[in-house]
Parts: sequence; C-alpha cells; structure tokens
Amino acid sequence: MSASATPDARASAVAARRQNWRRAAYRFQQSWLSIVGLAIVVLLFVAAVAGPSLVPYPADIAGGINTATRFEAPSIAHLFGTNELGQDVFTLVIAGARISLLSGVAVVVLGALAGTIVGALAGYYGGWTDEILMRIADLKLTLPSLILAMAVAAALGAGLVNTIIAIALTWWPGYARLVRGEVIAKKEELFVQVAQALGAGTGRILRRHILPNIVSPIIVKMSLDMGFAILTVASLGFIGIGVKPPTPEWGSLLSIARNYMPDYWWTAMFPGLAIFLAVFGFNLLGDGLRDVLDPRARR
Amino acid sequence: MLRFAVRRIVLLVPVIVGLSLLIFAIARLLPGDPVTLAAGPNATQAEIADLAREFGLDQPLPVQYWHYATGLVTGDWGQSIFTRRPVLEDLKAYLPATLELVVVAMVLAIVIGIPAGLLAAVYRDRWPDYVSRVVSLGAISMPRFFLGLLLQLGLAMWLGWLPLGGRFPLTEDPPPFVTGFLTIDSLWAGDPHAFGVALAYLALPAFATCLSPLATITRMMRATTLEVLQQDYVLTERALGLSQRLIIFKYVLKNAMSSTLTVIGLYFGWLLGGTVLVETVFDWPGIGLYATKAIVTQDFMPVMGVTLTIGVLFVAVNLVVDLLYGLLNPKVRYE
Repeated sequence: MSASATPDARASAVAARRQNWRRAAYRFQQSWLSIVGLAIVVLLFVAAVAGPSLVPYPADIAGGINTATRFEAPSIAHLFGTNELGQDVFTLVIAGARISLLSGVAVVVLGALAGTIVGALAGYYGGWTDEILMRIADLKLTLPSLILAMAVAAALGAGLVNTIIAIALTWWPGYARLVRGEVIAKKEELFVQVAQALGAGTGRILRRHILPNIVSPIIVKMSLDMGFAILTVASLGFIGIGVKPPTPEWGSLLSIARNYMPDYWWTAMFPGLAIFLAVFGFNLLGDGLRDVLDPRARR
Repeated sequence: MLRFAVRRIVLLVPVIVGLSLLIFAIARLLPGDPVTLAAGPNATQAEIADLAREFGLDQPLPVQYWHYATGLVTGDWGQSIFTRRPVLEDLKAYLPATLELVVVAMVLAIVIGIPAGLLAAVYRDRWPDYVSRVVSLGAISMPRFFLGLLLQLGLAMWLGWLPLGGRFPLTEDPPPFVTGFLTIDSLWAGDPHAFGVALAYLALPAFATCLSPLATITRMMRATTLEVLQQDYVLTERALGLSQRLIIFKYVLKNAMSSTLTVIGLYFGWLLGGTVLVETVFDWPGIGLYATKAIVTQDFMPVMGVTLTIGVLFVAVNLVVDLLYGLLNPKVRYE
C-alpha cells in the first residue's frame, strides 16, 4: 500500500518519528512559559472533565436557587462568594470550564475542517476554482467577524450549538489561506507526481499524500486559535446573544454580574478571571507549540 | 507612483461590489423573519404582507439586490424596520464616535508598541524582553469587556476619578460639530473645559481598546526587528564600527517598521468591528452599539449598513497602507 511497506523501512520511519518527538519535547521544556501554559490547559481539562463531580454545590449547576444565601462575600464556605440567586460562584466557574473548552474546541475544529477543504480544493485545482474560493475568503476577512457572528447567532437563536455554528462560519478563511499555500507548495513534489502517475484520484492524493505533510502548521494555528475562540464564545455570551442561563457560561455570568457592581464585585471578578486564565493558558501553549513545530518561527 | 496608486484605487471597485453582494447574500440566507418580528405578535397575515411589500421583501432576490445596490450608490441605505430612521443618517451620527475611539487607541498602541517591541528585540532574552513578552501575551489574552469592567470598578466606581460611561454629559452642550471628534471639536471651538470633559470620558474606553493592538504591535515589532538584526547589512555596519544607536535608529527601525505597518492596517479595520464590546461596556454611542441593538432585534438594514461601512473602511485603510508601503519601498511600486 504505502511507500514504507517493507518492515525495515517502517521501523526506521517509526524511530525517526520518535526521535523528532523527543527533540520537540526537549525544545518545549526549554521554555518555562510554555510549561506554565501547559499546566493551565491541563487544569482546565481536569475541571472540564471532573469539575461537576468535584464542586461543593453541584445542585447550583442545574440552576438551583437558594434565596437564603444571596450575595454572600467570599468565605471558606463559598470561596468565590454567591450570586443574586444564592448560587456558589466557585461551582459555576468550575462548571463553566466544560462549556468553554467544548465550544472552543468545536469552533476551532469546525473552522479548520471547513477551511482545510476549501483551501485544499483551491490550492490543488488552481485556476477558476482557486480564484472564486479565495476571493470569497478575502472578502470574508474584510468583514467584521464579531458582528457577523453576532448577527448569525441572533438569527439562529440562543444556545450553545448555534453559537458554535455562528462563530465557526466566520472562522474558516484563515485556515483556507494557510492550507491553500501549503498545498500549492506540496503538489509539485515528486511523491505527488508519483501518486498521480500511479493513477491515484484527487481525493486520495489530497487525503493520503498531501494533508499528512501539512498537518503541523494546521495544528499550530488551531492551538493559537483556541484562546481566541474561547474569548469569542465568551464575548457573545457577554453581549447576551450566545449561551443563556442557567447554562453556566463565563461570558453570560459576567454580563449578569455587571448589574450588581460595585457592591457584589466578586460575582463579576471570578468568571472574568476564569476567561482570562483560559485564554492566557492556550496562548502560552500555542506560542510554545509554534516555536517547536514551525521551524520558520524558531529563533 | 501615480500609476501604482491609480491601479490600486481602480481595483477597489470590484472589491466593494463583491462586499455588497456578500453582505446581501448573508443577510438573506439567515433564518429568522424580521418582518413578522417588526409587525408584532398580533399582526394579521395581510399586515405582515403589507410590511413586506413596503420594504420590497416580496420581490425576487436579484431584483432585491438591484434595489439594494442602486440605493447604496444614490445614498439610500435603507431604513430601520423598527425606528423607520434612514440607516445612512444613523451611521453618520454614530461613526465619528467609533472612529475617535479607534484612532486614539491606535495612536496610543503605535506610540508605545513600536519602542517596546524594538527594546525587547535589542535586549533579547534579557529582562526587558521577558517583561514585554509576558505582558503582551497577557494583554492579548485579556477579554476587553472584562478589562472594561475592571477599569469601571476601580477608577470609576471605587475611586470616582473618571466617568462610568457615555461620551459626553447629557447636562452639558457638546461643542459644535466640525469633525465629529469631540476632542478636536472642543479645541476648535476654543473650549478647554469641554476638551477636558471629552478626554475624561474617552480615557477608559480608549485604554480598554488599545491594549490588544498594543500587544500585537509589540510582538510584531519584536519579531521583525530580530529578523532585521540578522541581516548581512547590519553585520557590515557593525564591522564598520557604527554605534549601536545609529544602527538601530537609522537602519533597523525603518526596515522593521515596514512589516509592522501591514499589521497596523489590518488591526485598524479589525478594531472598527471589535469595539462592539467596549462600546457595550462603556455605553459609547458608536456604530458597534448601534449594530448590537439592531442585531438583537434582527433589524437587517442597520446591520448591513454597519458591516458594509466597516468593510469599506477596512479596504480603504489597507489601500492607504499599500500606498505608504509603495512610498517606503520602491521595489513594491514596480511589481
């Protein structure tokens, strides 16, 4: 099937790959900022997976109301205080990690998928296909993406899935440009010509021969985009178009808490800090990964 | 240079036509029926149909686009389905506020960001570099609506130094309209008190807006300066014994600036749409707040108007950047 069919060749390919990984991991460790980023991201994933079973007041996640404990300042019982419904803010912030990570990953994956398809077709076919697809992508880049996402989200109606779709729709042009450039660079290479000569179809060449070779810049861009995707989801929540309560989304928590400033500042402070920390963690990690995986950026 | 400029300007026409087509397509493809919404919950089928006819929404799509496009050229940008006010009038009223915010934020970002990036590159891997890298990455990660709330909480609510929001106190008369920028208009009118008031209202929103372009410009400037510092001509200058100061300010700065210029152009356009959040937090009466209100009520025409305005401004700013690029770098002109 593939070129490295003989056992020897396959073993040496695996060894080379392992060595590459080890070298990359070493370079990654050299920068303590990347390690901090990795730690934050791991923490977020732990909160997202195990959070709801770790928090002190799990009933609050589903929208439980407790009027006896409204607006209590941070204390041992309520680390981040309580909000206008008497819910524990710490519980809501931890539960929000799942929403933010899920939507961030979904936006980036959908955007990368759509952009990769468009960019691969444009780059591989060239000519008119390329002209039309890329002009649309260029135009899309000149439009204000936040306003577009807001308009689409409002038209689709509130909810997590609609928010994700709305943001992903404005997210693909960056990937399309990136993939197009990489495909154009790769399609003249010898191994692609060989595949063509052997009669492989376009779909097979793109999937089996070109895409595996351009995956690392796509991953770098995805990791750099994660923070920004989380930020955009929170922005829509903050404006009141995205995820609606009782879903504990950080942006919408902040938007409600805004009405209770300055007296009950803790209801705003901790969801806001959570957004900042999540975005910061992914940005640090993304920067570190880029330095490792993208040789051009390494200095 | 003139031929280069003319060609770039002519190339704008298809871009703007494409923009209007794309915006029209997006607006029409979206689900949701603004006419039914605007007619109210008790409207009969006939009333809804009347309203649709009034706004021309009962005609085939190509006809609708033709009306839209000819309207754009003749200055009829449609009207809000709710307030019935012409969109172009509204845009004229709200755009200066957004532009003032964005221009002030960009100037701050450039004035601080370029020296900061240069410094970080020259002191690479020493403390000025680490500080600027961590701070700028932190600034990029800071949600500007949260930053805005923090500024409001600290400087407006707790300390009471600056106003909480808005652009000018309702109890006072704003300076007469000249440019639409309240800071410039008040100076023009020779009114230092109004200038101080306008500046106080501008301070927090401008700071919240400028932080992320500031961080991006710093990072970009650092990266390009590092690249330029490795060029052979810098080595030659060092070998010739030129002082560090002369090399940095005369040769490195100019070459590093030209790539940063592109980022500045892109960011300017991006900020025009990105002020939505800051305008919401500070109740700043710009096109972002206007668009947000229209979006929530699914009012098509204002949203299309704002999107097109920002798109055209984006293209125009990048044209200016291209032309500046041509002035700075003769190679670009003759491509």
